[in-house]
Amino acid sequence: MSMLSRIIPKPVTSFLLLVVWLMLNVSVSPGHILLGAVFAIIIPLLCAPLQIPQPKVKRPFRAVRYVLMVAGDIIVANVQVAILVIGPMRRIKPGFIAVPLDLEEDFPITILANTVTMTPGTLSAELSKDKNWLYVHVLSMPDDEQEIISLIKQRYELAIREIFKC
Amino acid sequence: MSFWVEVTVSVLLLIGGTFVLVGSIGLLRLKDIYCRLHGPTKATTVGLGGILIGSVIYMSHLHGYLTLHELLITLFLVITAPVTAMILAKVAMHHRAKMMDKTRNQHMVITARAQRPPETENEADDTK
Repeated sequence: MSMLSRIIPKPVTSFLLLVVWLMLNVSVSPGHILLGAVFAIIIPLLCAPLQIPQPKVKRPFRAVRYVLMVAGDIIVANVQVAILVIGPMRRIKPGFIAVPLDLEEDFPITILANTVTMTPGTLSAELSKDKNWLYVHVLSMPDDEQEIISLIKQRYELAIREIFKC
Repeated sequence: MSFWVEVTVSVLLLIGGTFVLVGSIGLLRLKDIYCRLHGPTKATTVGLGGILIGSVIYMSHLHGYLTLHELLITLFLVITAPVTAMILAKVAMHHRAKMMDKTRNQHMVITARAQRPPETENEADDTK
């Protein structure tokens, strides 16, 4: 392990910490950059023993594309849910579904569960202990529940698997 | 302040305000806790996002330099909102909260509560 990677074990986390510090202070003065850099080095070192090893993002550009896709879906979700909420209540057909997961590690599953919550009319409610099933509450169920399961699997889970190559 | 900046900021504020309002209406109109969770987690992300982007444009124009710390609010909201929703859903399941009668697959709550894999409908009926 080189000297640099010992001082900065997580360069992305350190960089994010620095950026967030500068944004919080709305300043790019040398003093704040120095202070932010000190935090960016010390905090990851202090937190290193708490880290549980997680799979790394193997394809960062796919990750960026995924974030943009989800951001677009969130806006669509908002409009759809808004129309449902204002419209007649009989159109709301709630229900639970269980989505079988192909992801195995905690971090990708967390991302999938959070994505499901943020996107159209679905809300992740629980994960089975064996990490094979994600229970999802759906605000407006289509007649065939497989439709929504395959949407989650193909649109989101596949993209996450590509990001982590697992 | 130029006319177009004012128009942009106003439109963003109006969009944001509308979505926050719809989220609150959702809380009021929907009939059970699981459905109510859908309102705030979604309607407020775009609602608050619109208001905050309006604020970024307004403050940047006012000060003459880019102020981005409003975006941090959006960041923290996007990180925390799904976690809150999931914890609330878990609590609701453990409290055996009432569901709308037309909720489909109600039997799944039983296995979800115990974090077990789902059973087929017939098996669930047997174990009741």
